Amino acid sequence: MYKYDTYDQSIVDARVEEFRDQVARRMSGELSEDQFKPLRLMNGLYLQLHAYMLRVAIPYGTLDGRQMRMLAHIARKYDKGYGHFTTRQNIQYNWIELKDAGDILADLATVEMHAIQTSGNCIRNTTSDQYAGAAADEVADPRPWAELLRQWSTFHPEFSYLPRKFKVAIIASDDDRAAMRLHDIGLQLTKNEAGETGFKVFVGGGMGRTPMVAPLIREFLPAADYLSYLEACLRVYNRYGRRDNIYKARIKILVHEIGADEYRRQVEKEFLHVKTLGIDPPAEEFERINAFFQPPAWEEGLSDELALSDPDFKLWVDQNVFAHKQPGYAIATISLKPIGGIPGDASAEQIDLMADLAETYSFDELRVTHAQNIVLPHVRKADLHTIWQKLDAAGLAAANLDLISDIIACPGLDYCSLANARSIPVAQKISARFADREADLGELKLKISGCINACGHHHAGHIGILGVDRKGTENYQLLLGGSGAEDASLGRITGPGFDEDGIVDAIERTLDRYVATREPGERFLDTYRRVGFETFKEAIYG
Amino acid sequence: MKIATGNDLATGDVVWWDGEGWTRHVEDATEVSDHGAGLIAREEAARRVNGPYIIDAEATPHGPRPAHIKDRIRARGPTVRPDLNRAPIDPATGSWVI
Repeated sequence: MYKYDTYDQSIVDARVEEFRDQVARRMSGELSEDQFKPLRLMNGLYLQLHAYMLRVAIPYGTLDGRQMRMLAHIARKYDKGYGHFTTRQNIQYNWIELKDAGDILADLATVEMHAIQTSGNCIRNTTSDQYAGAAADEVADPRPWAELLRQWSTFHPEFSYLPRKFKVAIIASDDDRAAMRLHDIGLQLTKNEAGETGFKVFVGGGMGRTPMVAPLIREFLPAADYLSYLEACLRVYNRYGRRDNIYKARIKILVHEIGADEYRRQVEKEFLHVKTLGIDPPAEEFERINAFFQPPAWEEGLSDELALSDPDFKLWVDQNVFAHKQPGYAIATISLKPIGGIPGDASAEQIDLMADLAETYSFDELRVTHAQNIVLPHVRKADLHTIWQKLDAAGLAAANLDLISDIIACPGLDYCSLANARSIPVAQKISARFADREADLGELKLKISGCINACGHHHAGHIGILGVDRKGTENYQLLLGGSGAEDASLGRITGPGFDEDGIVDAIERTLDRYVATREPGERFLDTYRRVGFETFKEAIYG
Repeated sequence: MKIATGNDLATGDVVWWDGEGWTRHVEDATEVSDHGAGLIAREEAARRVNGPYIIDAEATPHGPRPAHIKDRIRARGPTVRPDLNRAPIDPATGSWVI
């Protein structure tokens, strides 16, 4: 893992003191809310329905046990004993008091954490593959590149006031586990025919009220041009992105309106200039960063044998454990989706337990996934049963990764001031209704947003749900056919919406039609794509 | 009826205008009628409460019930964490959020 140098630490420490002063001025009444709001948003502090909400950055979703314990400490000391892991691999706290904000950031800074780039119209916390550095199918670990991007983008003076927020994801395998093409910029680490490292560059994806899958802008970007090209991409956006209409300000609108070819032409032209400015770091600097991401000291010669006589343990292994590139090791996902629970929430005690498990069994490393789960990336297979037992005792052993109850859900109207409808109760009802069937239903990614901003990724759900306000009443639209994976696609609205119970019934009719029409081995999404939208619409509405 | 609400500056807590100041209990909210605009302007200037605004509410024997679900959730707390909710002064009022 990357460790701060004195520059990193001094920047973060200085930001803490700056914000502490800003909070004091707001508390005294010296600053109005209009003056204070942009300042607090630069430090991840929102005002939600019930209280202030603090979003803490977890760069590319990677953290260690010490940092995880700090997250538990924040939950326990400053909040109401829990936190909510988000779709940008961050964590947010729902019950923060303004007077504590400076102390919280100071506590975070002691473990190399902060809340920078979790809000505002800047380059947000970069996301990545939660299996980075452990998966056998990756070209290389993408996180050194994500860290380089973090250092380049943090407080970048030219990109601190973009037309809108800007999200980047980096992956390094053909299996996309980070919804890469639904980002403002999506990068896929790859190698060309000569074996040189570079990137496929996708620009102009996103969700929100105008969802788009990012088109390919550069087939192969040499790694040596990485930052210069990103700078050019951002410059063109910063220059021509709309600032007159918040709903048309994201880069996806620009790329769509001028076309991918014209956007590419402008970027290439800008790149020729930017490349002369010396932005790309020398190879030694990249190697300095890269050295922090070397594989841990895996043991050699471990057996891949696993005793699976316990049926519940076998179920968990089959569903939540992924192949590791090192023999004898595995990647274990801890589901934060207990049946009937709140997706992404974890108590301080559970967070502490996960820190313990990381320190004892996973070379002190954890990952947060964009699907709101936690990963132990480097676990000996021989330790899996013990880990599972400890998780089970803490209510963290749900064996449902990528099944229908592994729901992405935004906080919705229970917490969020932007929401039009509640997301969590719908997720809880769906989870409870279909738990008995989910093994048979197989991979099925269901995603719920409580408003058009799509924080719950409903456009990318095999089944998506969008909560809307219909004359003061919650109403839920059903979408089918989305995917955030390598086969990225956008869901299509089926028709008129439903009330809270009606949407669950509509999903049942959808699933019944899937079961009746699927061919052996077909996932829900495969069947949907084969038989088509109308077949399912007929099942839903008759 | 019309009542005024906002979020407390220091804590972020949801607060309601009770005629003399801000309270955490919606049951104590009072009709602001045509004084609302002046109240909001005065309170914004005082910088004690974030984003004060006027909402419609229904007068009930147990106090005002906000007309919109968003404000009912603000009044009580998240529906999915009843353990964290602000209990009504009179438990007999039950849950009127949904």
